[in-house]
Amino acid sequence: MKTYDAIVIGAGHNGLTNAAYLAKSGLNVVCIEKNDYIGGATVSRNLYKDWFYSNCSYVVSLLRPEIYRDLELARHGLQVTPYGGGTVFMENGDYLGSYPDPEVHWREYARFSRADADAYERYSADTMRQCRFIREFLLRTPPDPASFKPRDLRELAYLGAKFFDMGEQRMYDTIRFWTMSVAEYLDEYFETDVIKCALSGSGIIGTALGIHSPGTAYVLLHHYMGEVDGNMGAWGFARGGTGAVAQALAKSFRSYGGELRTEAGVEQILVKNGKVQGVALSSGEEINAKVVVSNMDVKNTFLRCMDKNDLTEEFYNRVKNFKIRGSSGKVNIALGGMPTFPALPKDSPLLDGDMHFIDSMERMERAYDDWKEGTWSKDPYVDMTIPTVSDPTMAPPGKHFVSCFVQYCPAQIEGRDWTEEERQQFGQTVIDQIGEYSPDFKSLIEHVEIRTPAVIEDEIGITEGNIFHGELTMDQLLFNRPIPGYAQYRGPVGGLYMCGSSTHPGGGIMAAPGCNAAREILFDLRRPDITPVNFGDD
Amino acid sequence: MSKTEVQLDRRKSPFYPRQAELDRLNQWHEWKGYRSADGFWEMDLEYFAQRNSAGVFDLTPMTKYRITGPDALDYLNRLVTRDMTKIKPGRVAYAVWCDDEGQVIDDGTIFHLNEGEYRLCSQERHMSWLQAAAIGMDVRIIDETEDICGLAVQGPTSFSILKNMGLHGVETLKPFDLMALNFHGAELMISRTGFTGDLGYELWISPDSALHLWDTLFEAGKLHHIRAIGTHALELARIEAGFIAAYIDFLPANVTVRSGRSRSPLELGLGWLVDFEKPNFNGRRALIEEKKRGSTWRLVKLDIEGNKEAHHSYIYDNKKGGENIGFITSAAWSPVCKQNIALGTVRTPHGKVGDKLYVEIYYQLEMHWSRVMAQATVVSKPFWDPPRKRVTPPASN
Amino acid sequence: MSDNYDAIIIGAGHNGLVCAAMLGRAGRKVLVVEANDQVGGAAITREFTEGYSVSACAHLLYQLQPAVKKELGLKLDVAAENMATVALSAEGQHLRIQNDRVAGVSEEDAGSYRAFHKRMTRFADLFNTFLNKTPPRLAKDASRSDMLTLVQLGFDIRRLGRTEMQELLRLIGMNIRDEVVERFASPKLRGAISLDAVLGTHLGPRSPNTVLTYLYRLAGAKGQISQPVGGMGAVSELLAKSARHYGVVIRTGMPVKKIVIDGGRVGGVETNSGETFSAPLVVSNADPKSTIMCLVGVKNVETGFTRRIHHIRSNGNAAKLHLALDRLPKIEGIEDHEYANRFVIAPDEGYVERAFNYAKYGESSVKPILEISFPSVSDKSMAPPGKHVMSAIVQYAPSKLRGGWTEDSKSDFLQVVMGTLSEFMPNIESCVLASELLTSADFEKQLHMTGGHWHHGELALDQFLFTRPVGGAQQYAMPVDGLYLCGAGAHPGGGVSGAAGRNAARAILKAEK
Repeated sequence: MKTYDAIVIGAGHNGLTNAAYLAKSGLNVVCIEKNDYIGGATVSRNLYKDWFYSNCSYVVSLLRPEIYRDLELARHGLQVTPYGGGTVFMENGDYLGSYPDPEVHWREYARFSRADADAYERYSADTMRQCRFIREFLLRTPPDPASFKPRDLRELAYLGAKFFDMGEQRMYDTIRFWTMSVAEYLDEYFETDVIKCALSGSGIIGTALGIHSPGTAYVLLHHYMGEVDGNMGAWGFARGGTGAVAQALAKSFRSYGGELRTEAGVEQILVKNGKVQGVALSSGEEINAKVVVSNMDVKNTFLRCMDKNDLTEEFYNRVKNFKIRGSSGKVNIALGGMPTFPALPKDSPLLDGDMHFIDSMERMERAYDDWKEGTWSKDPYVDMTIPTVSDPTMAPPGKHFVSCFVQYCPAQIEGRDWTEEERQQFGQTVIDQIGEYSPDFKSLIEHVEIRTPAVIEDEIGITEGNIFHGELTMDQLLFNRPIPGYAQYRGPVGGLYMCGSSTHPGGGIMAAPGCNAAREILFDLRRPDITPVNFGDD
Repeated sequence: MSKTEVQLDRRKSPFYPRQAELDRLNQWHEWKGYRSADGFWEMDLEYFAQRNSAGVFDLTPMTKYRITGPDALDYLNRLVTRDMTKIKPGRVAYAVWCDDEGQVIDDGTIFHLNEGEYRLCSQERHMSWLQAAAIGMDVRIIDETEDICGLAVQGPTSFSILKNMGLHGVETLKPFDLMALNFHGAELMISRTGFTGDLGYELWISPDSALHLWDTLFEAGKLHHIRAIGTHALELARIEAGFIAAYIDFLPANVTVRSGRSRSPLELGLGWLVDFEKPNFNGRRALIEEKKRGSTWRLVKLDIEGNKEAHHSYIYDNKKGGENIGFITSAAWSPVCKQNIALGTVRTPHGKVGDKLYVEIYYQLEMHWSRVMAQATVVSKPFWDPPRKRVTPPASN
Repeated sequence: MSDNYDAIIIGAGHNGLVCAAMLGRAGRKVLVVEANDQVGGAAITREFTEGYSVSACAHLLYQLQPAVKKELGLKLDVAAENMATVALSAEGQHLRIQNDRVAGVSEEDAGSYRAFHKRMTRFADLFNTFLNKTPPRLAKDASRSDMLTLVQLGFDIRRLGRTEMQELLRLIGMNIRDEVVERFASPKLRGAISLDAVLGTHLGPRSPNTVLTYLYRLAGAKGQISQPVGGMGAVSELLAKSARHYGVVIRTGMPVKKIVIDGGRVGGVETNSGETFSAPLVVSNADPKSTIMCLVGVKNVETGFTRRIHHIRSNGNAAKLHLALDRLPKIEGIEDHEYANRFVIAPDEGYVERAFNYAKYGESSVKPILEISFPSVSDKSMAPPGKHVMSAIVQYAPSKLRGGWTEDSKSDFLQVVMGTLSEFMPNIESCVLASELLTSADFEKQLHMTGGHWHHGELALDQFLFTRPVGGAQQYAMPVDGLYLCGAGAHPGGGVSGAAGRNAARAILKAEK
């Protein structure tokens, strides 16, 4: 039986980040992964001929630059290239482009409304203000408002001070921003439906809420607070697909002496006298460690891998009631050539950006109504990217890989499991919608991978395939994430920690939960804090 | 359906064909989506054309809004801090507008074209704010930026040139007067305004007549040393005149992300534009409060010893340094004043007229950097303010 | 003609009357001007067809603040007290809910409901202390009393104890659907609670924020519902009597044209008929949008503030159905004496959500939710002997109906509502002598409330406490010297509670010191 200082369960990007920091601090760490590949949802796989599929996450922005630099991910092979632009194809044959060049962007919006074109500046400034506020807290452990410990009080005071620094009116604006719906937020800036539609997508990606649901304005931040090289809000492609992030993290981890084991699924987290002892693998093997860190979502960690008797009933119930909802699917497609989009001019720079095929706020909301009724959206919100436009490594020359993120797609159909036929129909819904705007799209298809939440859960393990490991609603944010009283990465038994996206600050390839959890573990082990601090005002 | 594709390239002003012919430097920058020249032939000499004869600057990218309707006057009077009831038709008002917190969104000029009909002209775009200000009012706001192009003709010979063009009545124009006349079938609007602090005019016309206006102007100015100039020359002149510019000396309040980065008109030395006697205008309550409490910042005009330009310098209240009290926002060696001048922002109570401050200047000669703490005196008047700017009719030369 | 007063209150809604009475009690000379011929605003009783009266907008009392009752010495006659709620089932398997008890569900659900009710009323009590306070300013230069209020808020929450505090912080932003699905197996119980959370709002049970609206409903009287003798109009009459007792002059049938403003200060009001009344204080019981856009005029306020006011969401969805009945309709499994209860039609939480779906797109619900009472059962004065009236709140009928509310769309909707009613009361159609359907568009017209919204502005976290009606104007004083707001659009919101009126009066008196 092997003994380590720490075991990290799950080689997702947060697990690897956490493991890397623990190893860097000098601990003897093993990171175990149930699949035969690493990365979890941060993965790119060779699923068809010479194509590499980023078949879960597909773009990079949130990855904290402090961690990128600190773990020397560039040296370990990571290269993130920004991409710009986006298109909303409209039913009337027109389209709304979003261009990286602010002047062209202004002119495009001005085609629809001058006031909207001008309002975009204020919208950006106001949204960036919220980003700056939240970014302060990404690499910090949330305080426990119910605690009187000096560390919590100090952190609460810090949070309060940052809030008051915004100034009176902007504090009110912030309260509103955190509580209102993305549709209402946009209504306060824009008058053109398609412009609002284009911007509203970021408020619902990965969430089981509609654009009119209060709280979705906040979700915008999870798509704006990232950056590529200091350009806040910018998105990029990792060269080689998002799996390259996990590969670089793994190399970094190994460079600090860490050990990575794949095909090592955990059956049970072993607890004795209220303290973790290690883990039992599905193979029957047991590994010992005084520290066990789970990169799995909280439901998997506590409901599946722990003995109910090791948990209090209250804790158990709270985990049970933690909301992780499957609301998105993925359709990944290998194309034999670049599809054409007749609405766009030839060689439009928009072909490099993301594409959407739903053009009104009403259609956005109706997509959600389908999900509420327990089925996939018949007219879905699709976020389509063609990373091979800028990344030559993912498909043979002239051929393309297309990633379609689809909102909404439930974990179950009307309360029962998906049938194979329904899964195919779901994929067809997406392909048909794209086909409306690209006549040659269907004929170029060589291979399709259709991933419902259930498929993602089966393979990666994330409950309901939720990209954030839990809804980003107010009752599950900051000190409420994942569970009130357990927001500081510590589990309910000694030596057990959580480092996945179920914890603050949530999902996306951010790596902050993994890093923050490492800080708390090192704190408990009385080792120096080697986790990075925020780059500061930018 | 038919749709207009967005133009991906930089826009060209209607005057561009003539500018392209004159252009020897091939140095352009972007201004509100337009190609705008840094300079055309020799930037330092372009500056002197402005001060010595006449410089012609293309104002086309300036944002222009036409404001009409029964509530136009009430609307503007609430929008800007100065009293617009005093601006009669045929007059132009320099004005500044604020948000509710009394922070400056932008400054610009308002042309009272006809009774109840106005044009607001500014560097930045404001349709979103202007429409918000129109909620509950009966006004119509049209962005006519692309429908009107403009030329600034500035310098001592500008009057003679316009007279030479046969523009009758131009001699009666007092500073901030405007007139419209027929120019070969097109309406030409002339205002005695400018950004150089000198004698000068601005001409406004529809794009169709742009080239004709240019040609006529340059023909008439041939003997008066008329020259096309670029932004570099204008920028120097505007600092000499003590004028502030958005994104250089202040940031529009509606786009500041960090708190405390915007400025009130009182802090920008524009208190003279704020009319507290008016019953209501955007920012009034906050500005009354600020007046009571005292401002945080003060914009200063600085006369700096020596000849090293004080770009981006910190300002201190003593030669030793210590904690800085502010920073320089615009700096230049003034060729016409033979002075080292700058605009800066300092914390109150520093910066009263006559105060001696210090600026920390880093300069480089032949790859070597040096640092000097130069004394700077706060002055009240514009650095360049010739009497010819005010005389009506102006002298012919 | 010109009269001088210390304060003029625009609108004799219940909040206006409470505010007037409180100011009168403090020795101020107060005039109340009301556009309609009757005092009460949305708390009125009206004969809708000969011999049949009904509370024409709000119809049940559950929120009147004890502090208002006490301070104004109100003694209200109640026809029915602590009414039970019957969650109707088409098959006669009704639920009966009263206080913390629910009958007709499993033992387990009944137990869960007891715990749920206990926790919710505890939170509601805490909540209620804040509904009766002026929201503090959030600013570094806020006053001592503002800071104290903030500290008090923090302290009160902490005093709940660790677990309950965590639960409150979690629940406050949550939706009611998740809460009821987590706790109860009974669809009808889930539906009935969902209905309570969404009544009067533009929200569905899945909308985050609906636990807040549920707590709001419980604040004041722990959810106990009563029916005043003479309907809701009697509450208003009582308030008017109290106000008059304190020397307040109330003039009805006198719509205000504008608030007179001179040099940035209010000077009084001018009525439609051209009369002017002078006072250094003007308090508006009208909703914030009408107050600023129509009565004040945007040129007297600033652009940012105008924009905020302009963006207040106030899309009413609650319609009102009044039926004059020849006899009580048959309801399977309901005994005669039980007709004095409150009935709800909301068979499950999904039904409520689907009803809301339509409202999102400017359509009225195809299967609406209803809150029903038969006031004539407990109060004989409402209908001729032996006859009855029914009063029902029907949702969702959005004020901004696609295509607008016309006679046709109204009669279509009436059909829909009667159809839904018939499922639970099969012979209802044959009992009806006369009917009246009022949509939020009608309320907007009759009661001068923007969007016909109960709360004068959506009751949502982003329009609550610090940001009600808008951030920076949460302390009842508007940014025109001498102008105050005292209606539901101000903190804490609507419902016949009198809290806004009382808080406004206290803020005014405090500012005078």
